[in-house]
Amino acid sequence: MNTEVISVILILLVTLALAIPLGKYIARVYAGESTFLDVVFNPIEKLFYKFSRIDSAQQMTWKQHLVALLTINIVWFFLGMLVLMNQGRLPLNPDGNASMSPDLAFNTTISFITNTNLQHYSGESALSYFGQLTLMFYQFVSAGAGMAVAAVLFSALRERTSDKLGNFYEYFLKSCTRILLPISFIVAVILVFSGTPMTFEGKDTITSLQGETVQVSRGPAAAMIAIKQVGTNGGGYFGVNSAHPLENPDFITNSVETITIPLISIALVFALGYYLKRKKLAWMIFAVMTVGFLVCLIPTIYLEMNGNPAISRMGIDQTTGSMEGKEVRFGSAASALWAILTTCTSNGSVNSMHDSLTPLSGMFTMLGMQINAFYGGKGVGLLNFYIFIIIAVFISGLMVGRTPEFLGKKIEVREMKIAMLVFLLHPFLILGGTAMSSYLIYLHPDYAWLNNPGYHGFSEMLYEYTSASANNGSGFEGLGDNTPWWNISCGIIMLLARFIPIIGPIAIAGILAEKKYIPESAGTLKADTATFGVMVLAVIAILVALSFFTALALGPIAEYFSIA
Amino acid sequence: MKNQIFPAILLSLCCLVFFCGIYTAAVWTVAQASSNQGKGEIIFYGSNSQQYGFANIGQAFTADKYFWSRPSAVNYNAAGSGGSNKGPGNPEYLLQVQARIDTFLVHNPAVKRDQIPTELVTASGSGLDPHLSPGAARIQVDRIAKIRGISKERLKNLLHKYTHKPLFDVFGVETVNVLELNIALDQMK
Repeated sequence: MNTEVISVILILLVTLALAIPLGKYIARVYAGESTFLDVVFNPIEKLFYKFSRIDSAQQMTWKQHLVALLTINIVWFFLGMLVLMNQGRLPLNPDGNASMSPDLAFNTTISFITNTNLQHYSGESALSYFGQLTLMFYQFVSAGAGMAVAAVLFSALRERTSDKLGNFYEYFLKSCTRILLPISFIVAVILVFSGTPMTFEGKDTITSLQGETVQVSRGPAAAMIAIKQVGTNGGGYFGVNSAHPLENPDFITNSVETITIPLISIALVFALGYYLKRKKLAWMIFAVMTVGFLVCLIPTIYLEMNGNPAISRMGIDQTTGSMEGKEVRFGSAASALWAILTTCTSNGSVNSMHDSLTPLSGMFTMLGMQINAFYGGKGVGLLNFYIFIIIAVFISGLMVGRTPEFLGKKIEVREMKIAMLVFLLHPFLILGGTAMSSYLIYLHPDYAWLNNPGYHGFSEMLYEYTSASANNGSGFEGLGDNTPWWNISCGIIMLLARFIPIIGPIAIAGILAEKKYIPESAGTLKADTATFGVMVLAVIAILVALSFFTALALGPIAEYFSIA
Repeated sequence: MKNQIFPAILLSLCCLVFFCGIYTAAVWTVAQASSNQGKGEIIFYGSNSQQYGFANIGQAFTADKYFWSRPSAVNYNAAGSGGSNKGPGNPEYLLQVQARIDTFLVHNPAVKRDQIPTELVTASGSGLDPHLSPGAARIQVDRIAKIRGISKERLKNLLHKYTHKPLFDVFGVETVNVLELNIALDQMK
C-alpha cells in the first residue's frame, strides 16, 4: 500500500490509543478524584483561588455557570482590544509591527475568545511578540472555558435530581492547568527539537545561495503552535499556519500536530463514558462521530491524491496528487487528513491551502464545519452532539409513540424548543451572511474581495461564514477579508455562534438535571445501542442536508461539474 | 454578574502570568538545548562558509545551473509566507500553470510533457516549500549535467545521497531538500 495512506491509518490509530487513557484521566479530573499531577497543581490552583477570592467548593446552578462564563469573557474582550490596539507601543516588538485598526482588533479579539482563531491578518507582519503571547493566553483560556461547560454537561447528566452542578472556576482552571498545559508542553518540546523557532530575536536577514537578500521571520512560535493544536484554536504563529516550514518542519511534527487536533475532543467523549459509568454510550457517540468523519475523509483523500482534473488535461504527471497549495513533505494524503480533521473538530489550523482544494474536497471541509459535531471543538463539539441526540430522542419517541426520555429524564416542549433554536442558528448565520455578502459584491463589484471568479468565488464567501459560525477559523484564504464589512460581520457571527450553542445545551441539561429521575424500565429508549446510533446519524444527515445542500450546490458541486 | 467581575479579572491575571509568562519561559528554556538555541536550524555555505540559510526555509532557485525549487506565490519571501489560493478551475491560474509547463520544456528540451511532476508547476501552500519529490529533482538532471559538465551518473548518485526516505521506509513521503542538494552541487569538483 502507498506509504502516504499507511501513515494516515497509523495517525488515526495512535490518536485513538492515546484518547482512551486520556479520557479516563479527564473523567478523574472533573470528578475531583486524585491524579498524579496533584502534587504540582494543587498548590498552584489554591494560590490562584486565594488571589482571585474564589471559593472553589461553592456549587453552582446552570444559570450561575453561564453568568460566570459570560462575565469572564467580557473581561477577556476588553483586555484583547486594549492590547491589540496598542501593541505598537508595548514591549516585545523587535520587528516594529503596528497596532491594529479597531475593526481588525474587534474581529481578532472575538475570534480568539470564541476559540475560533479566524485570522484576517498575517501573524509575522501584523502582530508583535507581545500580541502573539496575549493571543496564546486566549488559546488556553477559550479552550479551557469550552471544556468547563462540557464538564457542566457531564455533571448534569448524572442519575440524580439536583441543581448543583459543580464550580465553573474549578472546571475551567483544571481544564487549563491539568489537561491543556501538560499536553501543550510535551508538544512544544517535540517542536523545538524538530526545528521550530522559540526565540525573542527579531527577523534575520540572509543571503540566499543564488545571491538574493531575504528576510526570515521568527519568534516564540513553538509554545503557541502547541496550544493552538491542542486547544482546537487553530490560530497559527505564521500567516500560512502549519503549512509554514518553521511551524511544521517534517513528518514527525506533522503527525504530532495532526494527532493533537482531535485528541482532546475524542478523549472528552470517552471521559463522558467513564464519568457517567456508561462506557457503551461513549462508544456509541464515538462510533457515530467516526462514521461521519470517515464519510468526509475517505473521498477527500481519494480526490486529492487523484489530482486536479483541469491540470490532468494539460498532460503532465500528477502522481503526487493535487499539489497547488500543498507542501511536498506532507504529500496530498496527509494534507487531506489534516483538512478534514481541522474542519470536523473546529480547529481551523491548516497545513495546505483549502482555497486550492479540488471542488468536492472543499465541500467536505465545509460539511465538517456545518455539522460541527464529529468530534467537534473543545467541549462544544460534545454540546453540539448533545443537541442532535436530543432531537433524535424526540423523533424516536414520536415514531414509537412514547414520551421521549434521555438518561432517565423526560424531554418536553421547552427543551425541544431550545434544541431546535440552537440547531437553526447555525444555518441561519451561515446562509444569511453568505447571502448578504453575495448581494453586496453583486452591487459593488469594485469591492473586489474575491480571489477567484465564478462558483469558486461564491465558495470563498460560503466558507468564510461557515468557518466563522462553526468557530473554526480556517479560510479560503484568497478572500480579501481584512475590510470593515468582513471583520464586523464575522465578528458578530462568531460571538453569536459561540455563546448561543453553549447557553442552549447547558440550559437543557440544567433543566433536565432538576427533573425527577425515572429509573430505566422495559419501555425506555436505550441510548447506548447501535440502533439509536444509526438514528442519530440519520437525524444529522437529514437536518444538515436540508439546511445546506442548496448552498453547496451553487458553490463546490457546480464547480466540480464545470471542471470534471 | 456584579460579584463575579472581580474574581473574573483576578483569575484572568493569574492565568495571564501563568500561561504567557511561566509556560513560555519554560518552553524557551528547553529550546536553549536545541540546535541553534531555538533560533531555527541553519546551514552554512558560500566561500569559507560565511553565508548561511535556514535548513527549513526554501529559497528561490531559478538559475539553470541549480535544481529549481517549486513555484512560490510570494517569491520565497520568508517574512510574508503565502499560497496562491487559486481555485482548481480558475482560468487565469490554469494559463499560469500552462506557461510554467512551457517554460520548463524550453529549459529542459530532453524532458517530455507527461514526465513533468505537478509540484514543479504548482505553488506550495507556504510559498517557502524547501523540498521537492525525488522525481521532480531527477527530471532536472539532464539540464544540470549539460551546463555543469558533470556526468549524469554522478548527479544521480548525489541525488540518491540527499534523498530523505520515509520514516522506517513505510510512513510518509520521500523528499529532497533543495537547498542541501544545491549546496552539495556547488561543492562538486
